[in-house]
Amino acid sequence: MWAILTLLVENKPGILFKVTHLFRSRNFNIDSISVGVTDNPEYSRMTITTYGDEKQVEQIVKQLDKMIDTIEVKHLDEHKTVYRELSIFKIKLSNANDSMEVNKLANAYGGKIHDVRKDSIMVELTATPDQIRAFEELAKPFGILEVARTGVAALQRSGA
Amino acid sequence: METMTGARALMVAMEKEGVKEVFGLPGGANLPMYDEFARCNIRHILVRHEQSAAHMADGFGRVSRKPGVCFATSGPGATNILTGIATAQADSSPMIAVTGQVPVAMIGKDAFQESDIIGMANPAVKYAFQPRSPDEIPMVVRKGFYIAETGRPGPVLIDIPKDVQQKEASMIFPDEFKIRGYHPWTTPDIANVERAIEMLLGAERPIILAGGGTIISSAFAELQSIAELLMIPVVTTFKGKGAFPENHPLSLGPIGMHGHAEANKMMTEADCVLAIGTRFSDRSVGTFEAFEKRLKIIHMDVDPAEIGKNQTTSVAVVGDVRASLRIMVKMLMQKAIKRTEENTWIKHVKETKEYWKENLKLHPGEMGAAKILRKLREVLPHESIVTTEVGQHQMWASLFYDVIQPGTFFSSTGLGTMGWGFPAAIGAKVARPDVPVVDIAGDGSFSMTENSLATAVLEDIPVIVFLLNNFTLGMVAQWQRTFYNRRMIGVDQGKCPDYVKLAESYGAQGIRAQSMDELDKAIKTALKSDVATVIDIPIDPEEDVLPFVAPGTSLADMILPS
Repeated sequence: MWAILTLLVENKPGILFKVTHLFRSRNFNIDSISVGVTDNPEYSRMTITTYGDEKQVEQIVKQLDKMIDTIEVKHLDEHKTVYRELSIFKIKLSNANDSMEVNKLANAYGGKIHDVRKDSIMVELTATPDQIRAFEELAKPFGILEVARTGVAALQRSGA
Repeated sequence: METMTGARALMVAMEKEGVKEVFGLPGGANLPMYDEFARCNIRHILVRHEQSAAHMADGFGRVSRKPGVCFATSGPGATNILTGIATAQADSSPMIAVTGQVPVAMIGKDAFQESDIIGMANPAVKYAFQPRSPDEIPMVVRKGFYIAETGRPGPVLIDIPKDVQQKEASMIFPDEFKIRGYHPWTTPDIANVERAIEMLLGAERPIILAGGGTIISSAFAELQSIAELLMIPVVTTFKGKGAFPENHPLSLGPIGMHGHAEANKMMTEADCVLAIGTRFSDRSVGTFEAFEKRLKIIHMDVDPAEIGKNQTTSVAVVGDVRASLRIMVKMLMQKAIKRTEENTWIKHVKETKEYWKENLKLHPGEMGAAKILRKLREVLPHESIVTTEVGQHQMWASLFYDVIQPGTFFSSTGLGTMGWGFPAAIGAKVARPDVPVVDIAGDGSFSMTENSLATAVLEDIPVIVFLLNNFTLGMVAQWQRTFYNRRMIGVDQGKCPDYVKLAESYGAQGIRAQSMDELDKAIKTALKSDVATVIDIPIDPEEDVLPFVAPGTSLADMILPS
């Protein structure tokens, strides 16, 4: 099971270390992690995606909740959550046609084009991890030179 | 508001917490704190190795249920206490470890005696602080003690850079504070307690499994009331040993790898277990799958993360186990539930207990482990506190030393730290100078922290080391005999040192006991002694601890004496 966890934590040095250390020492895995300060500068929000069966995910949530620096820990239902990841792809351009093709592909996924060169182009794509993976598959034939991904940011929908 | 140095603020804050003793060893980076001992009412107890300081604080904390405090300098001083911190964490023992650190400007520069102790200790502490400015210290101490002793207790590390100790600031000593992410106490869910009662009443073969949490929360009276009202036999984990008087007719003693045969048997036959303050550790329950399918499990624990961690449960009650048990007792009283008739289960339990009392084969020699430990029990007053080291002697203590007064038996059960028992006994004696304190020891473990004899003698802390000496790392030897075809590698300790002479060289009393008569006299002499005593008891190096549940097997598959 793929799980999205959202953590409200104290915005202090060393908290990210403690959270990631907990995953390591408890034998859990981090699929992606993103951290940013909230509107209240005393808190940061971490979004962690992980894999595990129901029991493991429940145990991860409990162990994170037990940490003194976590204010709130939630396992989000992905159907009731807005979750997105930012990715930047640097794609190879081999011939004159490629540029247009990549443009079309990027448009189809709601991506933005940056830094167009003679032999490469950059696409910025904000989407779900699944959509990013699908885009990646389709971009592979052109030749992917580099990829950078931020990890998921997520918030539960109101009323959910 | 008062202006003072960080070091002074630390001592003042600790005095406010009621600290009377600190176990420690000075060094470059904690000298400003040490200088303050000259100006406060806290007694410093000098150790010969920082690990022992941590174990002393741990022993003090387990007995007094208030955090014990240890001091160490930066670098190697700090890393030396790590084993002690991890031991306290594994056994949920309240502790405050205060380490010196290099000055703030030197941190990260690989300075002399610098170690990133906050990073190293992270998974082994309940919480860690590193105040970067002196005025943070009063709040850090207040929060540190609160975190260490509330909820599930544990060790808290306070790492103070030297310049933060030295600098002056206006200090506010807070009474009130808030830790937003820390909720140590959950109110037990009454509906779940009610379900637990129904389940216990509906069971044909109920059993109570009392873990270490029962002792930490002093739920002795409540546990006994429930056992007696419902007439349910009581087994314990090893850490829970002595949560229930072991001379009680309903007591079966500890289960586990070296559990009592009758306890392991009845555990595997039960159909419903009330598990109190236990994490279902592998050493306690073996592979549980064999019989868990027909076993309904009611789990009470203060730590919500323990529910479902190692064991799926039918009913869970989260909260201080004493509070949960109190609710249960009250409900039973209100419903006027009291069983008096001996049912077939209780009869079977008593018969099984009787059977094993008569049929468990013991070492035939005069100085067999069972006889030695039963002699100790016979002579020691019931209120005496016993600690143990780790190894065969520890398991013999579990099997043959009956705890009569609850909460008088302590051991390193989770981390299994050799060398724990002796310094822990010293810490226990500091907490309870009015009762005899005995470390049941083996020669392997004792040799790891034997230099604490210096502390016991110089600081006038007369504990007794009850040394079952087989000149061997006995438990490892037993595994090599059992699982490695008697290839004995790295276990022979030789007849070295002579523990009587060793004790005497420190100014302690050393007595060798080679017969039951000598042993009887030795214990009585030690009890009357004003100085620490080592009773060296040579035993057969071939004696095994039995019963034995091999690792990775079920409690139903005990290896018994042939």
